[in-house]
Amino acid sequence: MDPRKLRESATFPPHVIAEIQRSASEGMYYIRGSGAKRKVPTFDDLVFLGASISRYPLEGYREKCDTNVVIGARFAKKPIELKIPITIAGMSFGALGANAKQALGHAASEMGTSTTTGDGGMTDEEREASKTLVYQYLPSRYGMQPDQLRRADAIEVVAGQGAKPGGGGMLLGQKITERVAQMRTLPQGIDQRSACRHPDWTGPDDLEIKIHELREITDWEKPIYVKVGATRARYDTMLAVKAGADAIVLDGMQGGTAATQTCFIEDVGIPTLPAVRQAVEALQELGMHRKVQLIVSGGIRTGGDVAKALALGADAVSIGMAALMALNCNAPIYEEDYEALGTRPGFCHHCHTGKCPVGITTQDPELEKRLDPDLAAQRVRNYLTTLTLECQTLARACGKSHVHNLEPEDMAALTMEAAAMARVPLAGTDWIPGVT
Amino acid sequence: MGAEAGDGIQLGQGLNMQTLDLNELDVRTVNHQLHNREGGSADTEYEILNPMGRHAVAAGLDAPLKVHIRGHAGYYCAGMNKQADVTIEGNAGVGVAENIMSGRVHVKGYASQSAGATGHGGLVVIEGDASARCGISMKGVDIVVGGSVGHMSAFMAQAGHLVVCGDAGAHFGDSLYEAKLYVRGSVESLGADCVEKEMTAEHRETVRALLQQAGIDADPGEFRRYGSARNLYHFKIGNISYY
Repeated sequence: MDPRKLRESATFPPHVIAEIQRSASEGMYYIRGSGAKRKVPTFDDLVFLGASISRYPLEGYREKCDTNVVIGARFAKKPIELKIPITIAGMSFGALGANAKQALGHAASEMGTSTTTGDGGMTDEEREASKTLVYQYLPSRYGMQPDQLRRADAIEVVAGQGAKPGGGGMLLGQKITERVAQMRTLPQGIDQRSACRHPDWTGPDDLEIKIHELREITDWEKPIYVKVGATRARYDTMLAVKAGADAIVLDGMQGGTAATQTCFIEDVGIPTLPAVRQAVEALQELGMHRKVQLIVSGGIRTGGDVAKALALGADAVSIGMAALMALNCNAPIYEEDYEALGTRPGFCHHCHTGKCPVGITTQDPELEKRLDPDLAAQRVRNYLTTLTLECQTLARACGKSHVHNLEPEDMAALTMEAAAMARVPLAGTDWIPGVT
Repeated sequence: MGAEAGDGIQLGQGLNMQTLDLNELDVRTVNHQLHNREGGSADTEYEILNPMGRHAVAAGLDAPLKVHIRGHAGYYCAGMNKQADVTIEGNAGVGVAENIMSGRVHVKGYASQSAGATGHGGLVVIEGDASARCGISMKGVDIVVGGSVGHMSAFMAQAGHLVVCGDAGAHFGDSLYEAKLYVRGSVESLGADCVEKEMTAEHRETVRALLQQAGIDADPGEFRRYGSARNLYHFKIGNISYY
């Protein structure tokens, strides 16, 4: 056989053929964890225009570049102040094991930032570990208790998430242990079905009344965020502002999940890059930019990503998958257990199975032992420190004394798609497709 | 409207009865008063006048108070109630007693959509009809409805009891988990995975006790019982026809 005659189909590459044949065998969509694997325009397609003669930079090791951010000053009596503009995204106890939740909480607390609950409510351990804890208020209301609302530092009304806008939570039976079942009032071991819409409100007018109720119940103390998956980012931002949100969490399609259908992960939602720009424009149009904070998530990995999101106008970012990777998700250890799941380090998306080889997305006590919460917290703290230093480095290079002073004018796009989506000029030109 | 906390709060005629008039005070002030009682007393009885359909009245209570709302309430009245005994002497808007944890919320009139939604405990009584999605995602609350309930009631209901003295609308108990449903009248249609089950003496006793607590006179022997067939508890190819 002449190997030069073997031509792979662009329409039917091996992974597509494998999925067709899996579907033909099982007659069921594929459910998995993690985020989109397809290539989409990202912050990688933007670069900073470091200062030279027309702009002057700040001295890297002597001149201050602040990173603090206040969230919730619009209506809340007790807004939260974060030392860094990088928060930990909502992930449930159930999706994650207790050690992982505890490690994230300790790391965030040490860094002066917040972490977030998920479906199933708040555990005592995560409350104790997290100095600043955001409480998610989800469609399923699994484990939702008013005492927990009152113990939280902020409330995040979840209307959607980037991995599955329009879909509800999902937790497969392997992870519905006795404790998780008890927290969610579910029979142990069942495949959890979750609602995709809230049970007692639909639409922005109802949301406004719901937010009012949450404020009344917490005596107007807590900042109230509204989280949306990035789809119609402009309208959703405007409607969340109109409904009275203190902050908006905008989760792009690269955002991860513990489990959902692959078609949701890959085929629903828009990338984070255009979504940020649309949301910022909506806030500016309403005169609410910097008054209602915008927290951006979905595919944030580096300090460069953080700086670019802020330069486009976000007030903070949130990380989920990257934080798990700092904990050792997809690390090349316990490789035989990856093999048993039919995967390899670097490719694993088997959060849904509860058999996480590195003890993060599992409720199995033996697997959980693989994650030492103290060492894991140290790793996440190091990672958050690195992101912050990188972001400050880039901001100083652009002459900014606060990371929020970064602006679109500090950037150029490397592709026409990114230029059009982010509305920054294509590098070497003044051209913004669709604008100039 | 717009009065400061403490303004306009009058002692009523009855012993320990405090009157909060929503024509004089805003909802925020009234709720603040109910949440933060002077001296921390928990045995006071309150009446709230002129609710006029305002939202979130008496939401988030967490003490064994008695609260009488003299009129019609808007959305989320007595939302997330704990311990308190709240009576609405009128109709209630969307989400009355949503996520109730304990205590009792009694609607003398009719209730709009999502009454008792996601409630974890306590008792919700609706003397009239309740609209769509009554008891949606209920997680342990007991709900007794003197009249009928609208479509998709007890959708994804997880635990607790729903007793309907009238009829139930379409798709009753869709995607049900372990809540127990009782209907005296007709059921327009059952939702996915909801089936009729045998009504035993034990179940009649459950209904009798709930009707008694609710103060509603009906014969437990006339009720039929519905529950989960538990066929949807695992995602599998055989379930495709349910969706």
